[in-house]
Amino acid sequence: MSEQGVDRSKRQFLTTALTVVGAVGTGYIAVPFLSQMQPSTKAKAAGAPVEIDISKLETGQLIRAAWRGKPVWILNRPPAVLEILANNTAKLSDPSSQESEQPEYAKNEFRSIKPEIFIAVGLCTHLGCSPTFRPEIAPNDLGGDWKGGFFCPCHGSGFDLAGRVVSGVPAPTNLVVPPHRYITETRIIIGETNTEESA
Amino acid sequence: MKKLLQICLLLLPLSSFASAGISLESADADLSDSKSLSNGAKLYVEYCLGCHSVKYIRYLNIADDFDIKQNTVLRDIAPEGAGIYDKMLTAMNARDAKRWFGTTPPDLSLIARSRGADWLYTYLKSFYVDSSKPLGVNNAVFPDVGMPNPLWQLQGEQVAVFKKEHGQEVISKLVIQEKGTMSPDQFDEAINNLVNFLVYAGEPSQLERRSMGKYVLLFILLFGIIAYLLKKEYWKDVH
Amino acid sequence: MKSKYLTGCGTWVVNRFPLTKLWNEHMAQYYAPKNFNFWYFFGSLALLVLVNQFITGILLTMNYKPDAGLAFDSVEYIMREVPWGWLVRYMHSTGASAFFIVIYLHMFRGLIYGSYKQPRELVWIFGMLLFVALMAEAFMGYLLPWGQMSYWGAQVIISLFSAIPIIGDDLSLWVRGDYVISDATLNRFFAFHVIAIPLILIMLVFLHIVALHEVGSNNPDGIDIKDSKDPWGHPIDGIPFHPYYTVKDIVGVAVFLFFFATVIFYMPEMGGYFLEDANFIPADPLATPEHISPVWYFTPFYAILRAIPDKFAGVIAMGGAIFVLFLLPWLDRSPVKSIRYRGGIYKKAILMFVISFVGLGYLGMQAPTANATIMARVFTAMYFGFFLLMPIYTRWEKTKPVPKRLTEQPSIEDRIPGWKDTANAMIKEVPVEKEGKTVLQKRPDPAGIAKVLTRTAKNIKASLD
Repeated sequence: MSEQGVDRSKRQFLTTALTVVGAVGTGYIAVPFLSQMQPSTKAKAAGAPVEIDISKLETGQLIRAAWRGKPVWILNRPPAVLEILANNTAKLSDPSSQESEQPEYAKNEFRSIKPEIFIAVGLCTHLGCSPTFRPEIAPNDLGGDWKGGFFCPCHGSGFDLAGRVVSGVPAPTNLVVPPHRYITETRIIIGETNTEESA
Repeated sequence: MKKLLQICLLLLPLSSFASAGISLESADADLSDSKSLSNGAKLYVEYCLGCHSVKYIRYLNIADDFDIKQNTVLRDIAPEGAGIYDKMLTAMNARDAKRWFGTTPPDLSLIARSRGADWLYTYLKSFYVDSSKPLGVNNAVFPDVGMPNPLWQLQGEQVAVFKKEHGQEVISKLVIQEKGTMSPDQFDEAINNLVNFLVYAGEPSQLERRSMGKYVLLFILLFGIIAYLLKKEYWKDVH
Repeated sequence: MKSKYLTGCGTWVVNRFPLTKLWNEHMAQYYAPKNFNFWYFFGSLALLVLVNQFITGILLTMNYKPDAGLAFDSVEYIMREVPWGWLVRYMHSTGASAFFIVIYLHMFRGLIYGSYKQPRELVWIFGMLLFVALMAEAFMGYLLPWGQMSYWGAQVIISLFSAIPIIGDDLSLWVRGDYVISDATLNRFFAFHVIAIPLILIMLVFLHIVALHEVGSNNPDGIDIKDSKDPWGHPIDGIPFHPYYTVKDIVGVAVFLFFFATVIFYMPEMGGYFLEDANFIPADPLATPEHISPVWYFTPFYAILRAIPDKFAGVIAMGGAIFVLFLLPWLDRSPVKSIRYRGGIYKKAILMFVISFVGLGYLGMQAPTANATIMARVFTAMYFGFFLLMPIYTRWEKTKPVPKRLTEQPSIEDRIPGWKDTANAMIKEVPVEKEGKTVLQKRPDPAGIAKVLTRTAKNIKASLD
């Protein structure tokens, strides 16, 4: 073995080249390895739009449906509630839903297409618990300011009946309104926005 | 006992069929031919899905892999009322099937992988009239098969011509006795499309696999060349 | 600034962990003989395949369901619906076969260069334990897809236990956890395949390498490089493993990956040898496929099992075929290690052994006809003869003088011109009429081929003396 006549720069160049190609190769093989942990076609199939019949939804009633494995609430709000929602915006963090997630057509006062029918993903925007439905006004445990809404049992975040978060609680934004549309007056499809081909 | 035998027959490996008197014809499965594939899928839904599911394939796969619009798949290929995420399931329930055919018709998702394309191609062409069988038909590559010929209207009725070999009657060839709605060439093409679809269904990833293989190999080659140069450079030290 | 910080970090670690020491002992200052040839790639390749099996295996367990009702479907789910699942699964299934190809070649290397002989007996024993653990790992893994071959293969092999007198039936019942292969069996095989045996494999790999690095690597000349040292105490014929063998092994890795990727992307079933046709049919406890055979890497031992006309004796013979390998260091009484300096008898014995092993492997895949069984018996006798007669023929045969220092042998690169000449000798240029013109085209030359063949035959004969 001798160190004479060693072309150091060539050696260095080849080492670097091999390292780079090897790193790129490792990167390539990491793509399938990591993406195989992504949702599968089965998971996507479970995320297919769901159709819900609301013809039997009475005023004041809340029904739950599953969309992509998440709870989706459909609430029929009586006129009295709408009035409260329109006037009691002082104690909300994001009353006009600027920071929150909803389709463009639900970015309004009542956060819905039709004022009385409210649709939201029933998961708290803090850490994902499902809030409880507390429509009563000023119950003992929630205090005199409670005007009816959703209360998260995990960390105490409150939302009004338009899913808007009250100020001073851990949840950062309003409840998420999923994309949805009306097929007929009483049939809603959740997870789809328009009637165009989805292909 | 007879049923058990039938099941056993179902599980025979390929090689033992080569001796059945008729040699296997070769299918021309071309997975890049999306027209043939979608035609095969359509034939499958029309003639086979009544009894045999392909439970690992969703209509969505057909749309994605054959490059057809989802709505087109639902309109032209899938049965009435199927959703795009639905799997290709049969409407027949297993209990009825067992009563009618004595055995549940198998799912055909992987039939092309266990039997091979050529066997399927020949099998589908080799039904012949045999009045001694309960269903009135028999098959030259799958003797005593418990399945009627679903494609007889297209192919027409075939009869077998026998010859004597080592003192035993063996089938030498099949002849069309009564013409079907398709000419023999048209029928061959239809069967080929059907087999093509089943080959696809056996392993939907195979197109992707083959198309990306060359890039992977080229990359490894590049890596190997640099590694070889580096090795040569270092081993100059070693005398 | 940044590099100073990094150095600081490095020092912090080095002061608390013998990183430099480990690196030097096993890589930078581990002196390996400089004459390693083609056969010496397979050790590091085995490690590469092991890593491949671990990574892909972990990914597969994320979607695989060890449940008789769900297993088959979950494998197809991985193949179709999990993103890239097909690639991960093929890497794992091809990796299993690749593992055995690499390991068999690795063991054969040990055989021809006497790597099992004193002082490397423990290296060989750990290696053999690895081989047995690997067979167990592969066998249990093969049940998991829950296809027909998985099911009936496991059924046959577990039934072997029942051949053991007195406790046999209870033992096979205990292994299965049921009266037939069932959900319980599948579930426990899963536990063994993904946890228990991999742990054993890692431990044994560690022991195998530690034992090897303690005594140093053997080499194709079978002499100890530590016998001649330079003034600094390094073997004159040794070179540091790093960088010389790391860069060389990377070339081996690239060649291996080329073949590995070819199989994965173009022939994942390998014509039914890596993934058997019948395994695409879900397990059916009511019907055995007409022809069942184990995966190719088990067939030599399976053929020995079938060759013996008695159940218990067959099991003993099969176990013995593996056990006798453990005894190799003590069966071989020759004073020299490498085949290069052994006499003709040993070379012929090795040739017979290879023929018998490959022959048994082939017969194990075929249906057991009367002729095949006779052949299998002949090969079984040859297989055991190689080992059991070894103490006799290795002691008496005449060996050649062993050199003091490593010898120069032509490398693969050096041989390429020779191969080219041989290829050219078999081809002649013939004038061919083509589109009205006469052009010279290359055609095989029968006379040339005959000449090359006789020369090759003579060379082989000479090399056996």
